[in-house]
Amino acid sequence: MTKKTIASRILQIIIVLFGIGFFTFGLTYLAPGDPVKAMYAANGSVPSEEVMDVMREKMGLNNPFPVRYFNWLISCLHGDLGTSYSLNKPVVSVLLQRLWPTLKLTLLSMILMLAVSVPFGVLSAVKHNKAADYIIRAFSFVGVSLPGFWLGVMLIYIVALKFKLLPVISSDTGFKKMILPAVTLAFPMTAKYTRQIRAAVLEELHQDYVVGARTRGLKESTVLFGHVLPNVLLPLVTLLGLSFGSLLGGTAVVEVIFSYPGLGNLAVSAVAARDYPLIQGYVLWVALIYMVINLIVDIAYEKLDPRTKVR
Amino acid sequence: MRDIQKILTFCKNHKQFTVFCILALVVIGAAVFAPFIATHNPYEAVIANAEQPPDAKHWFGTDKLGRDLFSRVIYGTRTSLTSALLLVVITLFAGSALGIFAGYFGGVIDSVIMRISDMMISFPGLVLAIAIAGILGPSLLNAVIAIVAVSWTKYARLARSLVLRIKHKDYMSAAVLTGSKTGYILRNYICKMTMPVLIVTAATDIGTMMLEIAALSFLGFGAQPPIPEWGMMLSEGRAYLQTAPWMMFFPGLAVFIVVAVFNLLGDSLRDILDPLCD
Repeated sequence: MTKKTIASRILQIIIVLFGIGFFTFGLTYLAPGDPVKAMYAANGSVPSEEVMDVMREKMGLNNPFPVRYFNWLISCLHGDLGTSYSLNKPVVSVLLQRLWPTLKLTLLSMILMLAVSVPFGVLSAVKHNKAADYIIRAFSFVGVSLPGFWLGVMLIYIVALKFKLLPVISSDTGFKKMILPAVTLAFPMTAKYTRQIRAAVLEELHQDYVVGARTRGLKESTVLFGHVLPNVLLPLVTLLGLSFGSLLGGTAVVEVIFSYPGLGNLAVSAVAARDYPLIQGYVLWVALIYMVINLIVDIAYEKLDPRTKVR
Repeated sequence: MRDIQKILTFCKNHKQFTVFCILALVVIGAAVFAPFIATHNPYEAVIANAEQPPDAKHWFGTDKLGRDLFSRVIYGTRTSLTSALLLVVITLFAGSALGIFAGYFGGVIDSVIMRISDMMISFPGLVLAIAIAGILGPSLLNAVIAIVAVSWTKYARLARSLVLRIKHKDYMSAAVLTGSKTGYILRNYICKMTMPVLIVTAATDIGTMMLEIAALSFLGFGAQPPIPEWGMMLSEGRAYLQTAPWMMFFPGLAVFIVVAVFNLLGDSLRDILDPLCD
């Protein structure tokens, strides 16, 4: 990727962020409910109408939409996403605190997913239409249709409650407490990737270069691991970047089940409390992380694939 | 007679598809005939019967309010099927219409629609769906709206690429030259050519859509009590996991089975139609 394309990608990210910012701000503007009331209710007090009016004026809630949007935008550009109504802390610091647990969980489940789906996918393709293939395909089919939240709760029931192997609640980020949430997150993805890898390996095995390698008398394992696998795994890099995004969103459900202190859990409680600054901040952050990671993935892809350098 | 013969030969040639079709019809039947299948009124709470384990009277046990779980799961088929089908149909039509307009008219319309779609695609869907559902307020309809808002882009892109593929074919130019009205061309040429592919894609998406609605309901942004909905029943049962695990088990099993049936049906439908599409 040339410097110019990278620059244009970054520009694109900024434009998308502006769009998403406008969209979420517009939505919260149109949303029913009174943030001032919600804020006081969160603190457990019900002040008089006059006090709330003063507060509304102070928070700039009486200004027309363009003024409010413009003020919000200016403070966003200064890195200030406002103050959370329900937690009474700056949104940025709340988000920062929750960011690392979610990233950690996402990364762990991706590693788990790759560790299972790559060997299974390859095995399934090599043993095409044999017993192993059927078993793996059945497993991956189950994974695609299984609701992740149900799997999570069943895991809690069997592993944590019945056999008491692992803690029920994952309230901090110790490795042992991350196992169940990570498995829950990884399971449906593993199924999807196993299918994908199986299909890709099957396709590559029919390519001419594989026939050529075999006729040259190379060992089957050399053909598979030296020639086929690199070709299969490269396109996977881009897919991984995209999955990362759906994982960031998908963690919400899993984090709620396991009471895990991550971004998703925060977002769900923010929505429940009508904590608009926090929701806006969350949406913007996730969008930013997702797009930056995909940019890095695309750059890495070019570095990994020698063919793109020649062109 | 001949029609029946035709259907029979089709079924013989596509055994897999036929089996899944029958299974899907069974699921739809369960939804339609729910009042006849259910053994109890799904809304009737009998506190004295709360948290009963499965037995001969209550096949799946009862929930925290003493409502019969079997009846609630059966009625839940109605909620899940109608909301998922509604969701798929709206997404299909909204996305396809926007994609077809973008592809056929090009220019400013194309750029605006496609830039919005770029924005949506460069963004994890469920995050926005949670935000939208949360801001609009929790209800099943708002959950449907939220998911439509994030999933129409897939259909818009597909429809646009299909339109671009046929836009410059000779028969299209002939239609324009002979003075066909734009609406007529869109209806009789573009829609007819693009709809089969789009509908197959929609059919394969039904299962995923069901899971997404159930996930939003599970988080409390979808169906609201006392409506029997599987995702919501799961979140109600979660608190009683230790004492009444059946409250979690059966609704989850129902989601799994129905989603699996529709996924398999979609896959086999694609297997049949794919050679024709390409």
